[in-house]
Amino acid sequence: MAFFTHGDSLPDNKHGKKRSGKLGGGISYGILLLWALINLFPVYWMFTFSLKNNEEIFGENVAGLPKHWLWSNYSTALNTGEMGKYFVNSVIVAVATIVITLVVALMATYAMSRLVWRGRKMMNKFFMLGLTIPIHASIVPIYVTLSRLHMLNTYWALIIPYSAFSLSMGILICTGFMSELPYELDEAACIDGCGVWGIFFRIIVPLMKPAVATIGIYTFLQCWNELMFANIFISSSTYKTLPVGVQALSGQYLTEWGPIGAALVMATFPTLFVYIFLSKRIQESFIAGAIKG
Amino acid sequence: MKKMHSNKLHIAIFLLPALLLFVGVLIAPIVMSTYYSFFDWNGFGAKTFIGLSNYKELFSSNAIGFMKALVNSLILALLSVGIQLPFALWLALKLGKGIRGERAFLSVYFMPVLISTVVIGQLWLKIYNPSYGILNVLLRSIGLDNLAKAWLGTKETALGACFVPTLWQYVGYHMLLLYAGVKSVPPELREAAMLDGATEGQVNRFIVIPYIKPILKISMIFAITGSLKSFDLIYVLTNGGPLHATEVPSTLMINMLFLRNRYGMGSTIAVLLIVLCFGFALIINAIFREED
Repeated sequence: MAFFTHGDSLPDNKHGKKRSGKLGGGISYGILLLWALINLFPVYWMFTFSLKNNEEIFGENVAGLPKHWLWSNYSTALNTGEMGKYFVNSVIVAVATIVITLVVALMATYAMSRLVWRGRKMMNKFFMLGLTIPIHASIVPIYVTLSRLHMLNTYWALIIPYSAFSLSMGILICTGFMSELPYELDEAACIDGCGVWGIFFRIIVPLMKPAVATIGIYTFLQCWNELMFANIFISSSTYKTLPVGVQALSGQYLTEWGPIGAALVMATFPTLFVYIFLSKRIQESFIAGAIKG
Repeated sequence: MKKMHSNKLHIAIFLLPALLLFVGVLIAPIVMSTYYSFFDWNGFGAKTFIGLSNYKELFSSNAIGFMKALVNSLILALLSVGIQLPFALWLALKLGKGIRGERAFLSVYFMPVLISTVVIGQLWLKIYNPSYGILNVLLRSIGLDNLAKAWLGTKETALGACFVPTLWQYVGYHMLLLYAGVKSVPPELREAAMLDGATEGQVNRFIVIPYIKPILKISMIFAITGSLKSFDLIYVLTNGGPLHATEVPSTLMINMLFLRNRYGMGSTIAVLLIVLCFGFALIINAIFREED
């Protein structure tokens, strides 16, 4: 902030430059605003056409607010389009993935950063390989294995791969937070008669709340939006998640856009809702994942 | 304390779940994919060992069109590095120096990253719709009727029409990373340069950009490997069509596996993708090291 005051008190001979700077500043502010509009418009458009009928969407009222708020689009998407079921499936898969990722990542990080053994640094590096491995690498073997075990078209077919691919990120974030906890905590607990499990569950885990939140959010976003695995491992509509469900729905309603819009809103709004309240934390989790990885 | 903390059994119990999950789902499949890539296999019957034939066929067969798919994804990578990254950097520099509404801009720009690519794809399908899509409606309303066309259905425009939303969606991601970098520049450095009469452009060029080079490197790696791996949006928009005009390696891989039951060939594409991603990451690392 301080450099603003310096900028303002620049000597007068900079006047010409300053004025052209102001004009340039105006133009770039305009571009910033325009880009913000370009980013907001699709979401606005999606919300409005989810409440319109075809006549409005296709001609009378392409981009305005709906004239008649057609909430029936939502009931169509929920009932005939089965969006409710897909939504529940997505929630089940996301929650289970988050829980597994958290427990497994916390345990592994504890082993690698609090317990003492040779090779723990190497092991951490090994897990970090996961940050760069594309999911393509595992699609054929996992598909073949799942089908042999008759596990295609189950929740586990998604939960296990999702947890595995979120694990490296989870360990990365946990390591960052856990290394900030003083080692004296463990020692004090040990003197008080805590075993390894006691230290882990009663001392370490309760102090990892910020890490838990960050990993939870990041993992949620990853599995809520994932398409490739969900599309291939699940073909029965009983277990489809939202991204695949939305695809299926748009195949059913080629000519009626309202219900599709409603489905798109239903798939998007939980994410945006969380984003409104936790935008800073979400952004930080993305930065942490990229920059340390 | 020491003894308890180096108890092998405890270490094993804490580490085992992660190790099983990680090796079972990430590491072992890489080995298996590589193994499958040497076979002719329909996924269920017997495998026939054919050595490097899959690789040879992939690079020489016009029927498969892998080279074209690879070139398409490389074009995307080039656009990503040439247009998306510079624009993201510009946004990050503008926001990072402190501006009215900084947080609001940041949050709005990052929003598309969080929306499912399927949703983004469906929205753009509607935008591009030949008869009712907003793009054509807009063109007709300003009298440019002859420009209105089936953007995704025409061979010449389909690839570009797929790339626009792909590039648009992730500008915010790169901007966020670079913004974090710009914000980490010590204010004293900026102040000193401003006192010496440096303009904003000079400050950015000689202080901020050199300072955030490590993040530029990461962004560039993500942009290129992301382009090579791109799948979701193209799958939703065209699934590689019309006439393979928008095919990328991932869509090709999925078609090999689940339309043609060629598991060996699908694995070959997967292996090549991994090699390419790691290869490009190494090359970019080397280039940035050279510069220092």
